[in-house]
Amino acid sequence: MNSDVIIVRNLTKRFGAFTAVDAISFSVRRGEIFGFLGANGAGKTTAMRMLCGLSIPTSGSASVAGCDIVTEPEPVKRNIGYMSQRFALYGALTVMQNLRLFATVYGMSDADFRQSARTLMQWLDMESLADTTVSSLPVGWKQKLAFAAATIHNPSVLFLDEPTGGVDPITRRRFWELIYKVASEGMTVFVTTHYLDEAEYCDRVCIMVDGSIRALDTPAELKKKYKCDTVDAVFRQVAQTALRSADA
Amino acid sequence: MRDWRTVVIVLVMPVILLLLFGFAISMEVNDVRVVMAVDAHSDSSRRLAAAIDANPCFIFSGLVNEQQIEPLMRGGRADVALVGRNGRWQIIADASNPVIARSAAAYVSSVVTETASPQTLEVTVHTLYNPSLRSAYNFVPGILGMIFILVCAIMTSVSIVSEKESGTMDMLLVSPARPGLIILGKLIPYFILSCVLLALMLAISYIVLGLPFSAESLGSIILSLIYIVLSLSIGLLVSTLVATQLSALIVSAMLFMIPVIMLSGMIFPIDNMPQPLQWISTIVPARWYIEAMRRVMIQQLPLAAVWRELAMLGAMTLVLLSLAITKFRSRQ
Repeated sequence: MNSDVIIVRNLTKRFGAFTAVDAISFSVRRGEIFGFLGANGAGKTTAMRMLCGLSIPTSGSASVAGCDIVTEPEPVKRNIGYMSQRFALYGALTVMQNLRLFATVYGMSDADFRQSARTLMQWLDMESLADTTVSSLPVGWKQKLAFAAATIHNPSVLFLDEPTGGVDPITRRRFWELIYKVASEGMTVFVTTHYLDEAEYCDRVCIMVDGSIRALDTPAELKKKYKCDTVDAVFRQVAQTALRSADA
Repeated sequence: MRDWRTVVIVLVMPVILLLLFGFAISMEVNDVRVVMAVDAHSDSSRRLAAAIDANPCFIFSGLVNEQQIEPLMRGGRADVALVGRNGRWQIIADASNPVIARSAAAYVSSVVTETASPQTLEVTVHTLYNPSLRSAYNFVPGILGMIFILVCAIMTSVSIVSEKESGTMDMLLVSPARPGLIILGKLIPYFILSCVLLALMLAISYIVLGLPFSAESLGSIILSLIYIVLSLSIGLLVSTLVATQLSALIVSAMLFMIPVIMLSGMIFPIDNMPQPLQWISTIVPARWYIEAMRRVMIQQLPLAAVWRELAMLGAMTLVLLSLAITKFRSRQ
């Protein structure tokens, strides 16, 4: 069995004359934490949305968990979990109701849900909050819950779109412990971020500039190749040629 | 019912609106205070004074000097003055409220014509379908036309766009649930709410406001159900076109609410509009709905008599719904 869970070939997305993602190609191995780095507007969210089936590529192809994203979107959707940068949850529902909702949407049976939810809540240390309304939770807990909602159906690939935006450093560090935990259990994690210190936690890092991939390797190899001490410095060197403005 | 406040507002507001239009806001003119000034009393002037006194619409406030009329009107103690000179009558009306002035003057003038020269001209007015000319009858279809746009179009678009804003819509779209099912899940609660509202409004119309009820009245339910689906399609379409709740609200209100009030014939008769506005009114769904509802609810015609309106509403529903679903499904 092929150990590449995500295979991307010349994936391109154009919005009119603007090429958001320009013929990117890469693959991600099973159980890997794959970091997608880039400034705002570099095309990382667009690329991720295509892999999740939220957006249709203009050209090129990609497969996730062995299924083509264009021709077989349904099996792709069953095998992935997605957490958006806004911790999208229903604020009027309680913690448990949110989990139940997403479990139902993923077609889980009631017994499976109970089992899964109990384990997750225990693991995330959220048992006492089960009946709390989500809108009253602090942001760190919302982030944890969004993570729980994205993984409740035990997907083989987890897409995290800037999951640590607007969160303090300690909470971010704790969140990365969650990512390590699921990755060690064999879940592939595809994460976009613009916090460059987080890139150090990834198995491999891909740097996107102006819609195309400028560098792709392990953090250690990248630092060696560009003769830098940190991924931050590597990024600066690679991204200095960026034409698109950062706030585009 | 987690958001029970919204549900209460949605159910209570239309009822208040209906009762307000049905009872409080009346286009009828009652208790018109009439004063009379004559140069010389004659049989005809006495007959006229008696006729006005006897008419329930008027309050005869007595005979006055011609000079007293203006101070009386300025003081708000008289609405209409009848001045008789050499056997000819002049009607003076306080037009600070033109609607009241016009109707009151018309009432008085008809009484004058009738009593002064009953032989010369005889006009018999016979009003059909709404013999007592009660304005509540006229407003019921209009209010229904407005309420469903409000509940279905505005609330649906705002609720779907709020899910786009919070990102939960993306969460649903990456799940294996089919887009069609997600749309249906968003529309069904508003459809049910609208049906409850429809039942409530019709019950009030027939029981409290006393609209005439017959077998044909059931046609109004079919018409309303089509109109509800049409309004839901509008809401869905708006939600696919805008990105924020505020713009959903503005687009729904500007594009749909204002035409419903101004161009549907709810308040201003379409036949009296300038030609270009009449053309524009043909694309306002509420115009067809209100027109058909008036025929069915007030004239008590069967649905077959409003086939043109039904066809227009049906066609609009199909076009808007398929457009909305296509727009919703298209992944960027």
